[in-house]
Amino acid sequence: MLKKVLSTVLALATVLTLCVAFASCEKKGTENLKVGFIFLHDDTSTYDKNFMNGAKEAQQALGLKDDQIIFKYPVEEGKACYDAAADLVDQGCTIVFADSFGHEEWMIKAAKEFPNVQFCHATGVKAHTEKLDNYHNAFASIYEGRYLAGIAAGLKLNEMIAAGKFTAEEAVIGYVGAFPYAEVVSGYTSFFLGARSVCPTATMLVDFTNSWYSVDAERDVAETLISKGAKLISQHADSMGAPSVCEAKNVPNVFYNGDTIATCPNTYLIASRINWAPYFEYMINCVKDGKAIDTDWTGTIATGSVVVEVLNEKVAAAGTKEALEKATADLKAGTLHVFDTKTFTVDGKEVTTYLADVDDYGDFKGETEVIKDGYFHESEYRSAPYFDLRIDGITDLSAK
Amino acid sequence: MSDTTAPKKSETREPLFHIAKREEIVWWKAWLIRAAAIIASLAACAAISRFLGGIDPSSFFRSMLSGAFGTTRRIWKLFYELAILLCISLAVTPAFKMRFWNIGAEGQALIGGLATAACMYYFGGRIPTPLLFVVMIAASILAGMIWAVIPAVFKAFWNTNETLFTLMMNYVAIQLVTFMINFWVTSGSGTLPPMSEYALPTIGNAWILNIIVISVLTVAVYIYLRFSKHGYELSVVGESENTALYVGINVKKVIIRTMLLSGALCGVTGLLLVGGTDHTISASTVGGRGFTAIMVSWLGRFNPIFMVLTSFLLAFLGAGANQISNDYKMNGSISDIITAVILFFVIGCEFFIQYRIAFRKHGKEEK
Repeated sequence: MLKKVLSTVLALATVLTLCVAFASCEKKGTENLKVGFIFLHDDTSTYDKNFMNGAKEAQQALGLKDDQIIFKYPVEEGKACYDAAADLVDQGCTIVFADSFGHEEWMIKAAKEFPNVQFCHATGVKAHTEKLDNYHNAFASIYEGRYLAGIAAGLKLNEMIAAGKFTAEEAVIGYVGAFPYAEVVSGYTSFFLGARSVCPTATMLVDFTNSWYSVDAERDVAETLISKGAKLISQHADSMGAPSVCEAKNVPNVFYNGDTIATCPNTYLIASRINWAPYFEYMINCVKDGKAIDTDWTGTIATGSVVVEVLNEKVAAAGTKEALEKATADLKAGTLHVFDTKTFTVDGKEVTTYLADVDDYGDFKGETEVIKDGYFHESEYRSAPYFDLRIDGITDLSAK
Repeated sequence: MSDTTAPKKSETREPLFHIAKREEIVWWKAWLIRAAAIIASLAACAAISRFLGGIDPSSFFRSMLSGAFGTTRRIWKLFYELAILLCISLAVTPAFKMRFWNIGAEGQALIGGLATAACMYYFGGRIPTPLLFVVMIAASILAGMIWAVIPAVFKAFWNTNETLFTLMMNYVAIQLVTFMINFWVTSGSGTLPPMSEYALPTIGNAWILNIIVISVLTVAVYIYLRFSKHGYELSVVGESENTALYVGINVKKVIIRTMLLSGALCGVTGLLLVGGTDHTISASTVGGRGFTAIMVSWLGRFNPIFMVLTSFLLAFLGAGANQISNDYKMNGSISDIITAVILFFVIGCEFFIQYRIAFRKHGKEEK
């Protein structure tokens, strides 16, 4: 009896496989460009949703059909990533993209196995040392976007000081960070420098949740920061934890990877975001035209990869829009540098030389001089951030 | 229930239908009910995805089938998933037959995996590879046994609640894995790079070894439960502890021995996951299979051969439902909904196999 059931199941399985295989054969002739995307979570995570929107935008811009853009999610940071990549190759993808840091090892494994397929990975650090022809990293100089968001925050602090809500010395910014890595340090420092460029008395408190996505931990950290005197909150973590606390306590909030104007209309100020569509268009065009994709691609404000989300006029201080326009123009022109060494000190001294750990062999030893021409050259020697200086004016609460 | 109490008045109205336990059901009737349930559940799912996602039924089924059988790799993956789920279900089955509610298979398999990873991390390259494999196998089995025997000893000697105890041991294992990864990995990525050079040998492709090992284990567990003295003893303990005591079975010994076996099989699952396919470990390496195994075991009526079918069903659902959410670029919840609806029907139909519904017969007086 059981044998019969089993053999029927197996026979059915074989027939179905053949059917599906034939069906997919027919499609192949008409269209040969397929792009596969691997995402860590589904669209409930703002981080992954941002990538998905970028992919859809690129699809529209390039006029690709729905079945030419294949999504795989949720894909964990492990063997699952390799399996997903191999499955996308089986489906005929000539480009496979993955969006999370922990996918890197597995993307490299797949890249070695499938030399005719291009593997592109966001936030990774190993492409320039692996030296594979078909493995590439990409990131964006998001510190420029955070700097701009910082200007809006600084002007808001100025407005609150002028209104007598607190003194200039009490202008404390609270920052909810995920992990104390270079990516986060680079982010909060650029945000702080943006704020201090317009509000010279501003200081910052930073604490970490040790998770990229934790509603509870982000809420707790935001509450602690507010209780310690933070007058404005920003974050580098992926949940709505901090904005919801801010809305409840009427504290201005600067978001990341999307805007919260609908859910937090009274406290959402501005947000910065990496727009991945320019990179996706670039990598797809490269393959279409038979050109090599950059080993390490850094999107900037000029390529449209770094964007500032809608400014909430109801919350923003007067003149914010104009200040942002001017700073954007200066950044694009190269006359303004976010990490200008004249604007910050470390242990009371100006930094004139610094060796950053650009080649990530896990040794944590800096080997590349990154301070030249009076500023820290972030994301130039490698797309992923490596600014990890702890500058004066920012207090790390977790260090105590 | 209510219809068993004696009617107070002679004019008592008989309900429209009542539920009665079935005496015996012919096998083909039982399978007919199951087949009907699966067809009904698929129809319900097609309807739900039609209304929620605007997916027409034919492409719904095409997506689902292609997710499971679309390419050779997917078919291998499906049978691999089936095998791993079956292995962990085999592990919990002897304990369940003994009415020992081991819901700690997740942690027992994870700790077996952690032991494997630790051997690869510390001994890889330092001792000859064949010896490394022996150490990996021994360490994973031992670790699984330790994780399972702790609640068993407490149950046997102090009659503690094994459900809570085994459940809590899962969290200890998960946190231990997280701790060890942070201890080993200093780069801050939170993921342990694959140690593929020390992995178990592959035959043909990455999945065949696991499938062969688990096939052998399935037959072995079937024989153990069906034909061995141990298997008989544990089912007596499960039926009634007093009977077991009366016929001279050492209940404490049986509980501990059975849980050692349970833990050892979980350890093997961890070994196969880490040493066989993943070559690394994370807190989600077992990925909830330890809990799904409970359902596999129950649905398969604690019979390892039937459990092959229930594992197949769950592995198929996992692959198929995920494909639907990916193909239509929909939120991951759609695959959970589809899986849940199908399981609801499949589990629900067992009710109709156990019980029958008797409708009121018209024109006939109750005696």
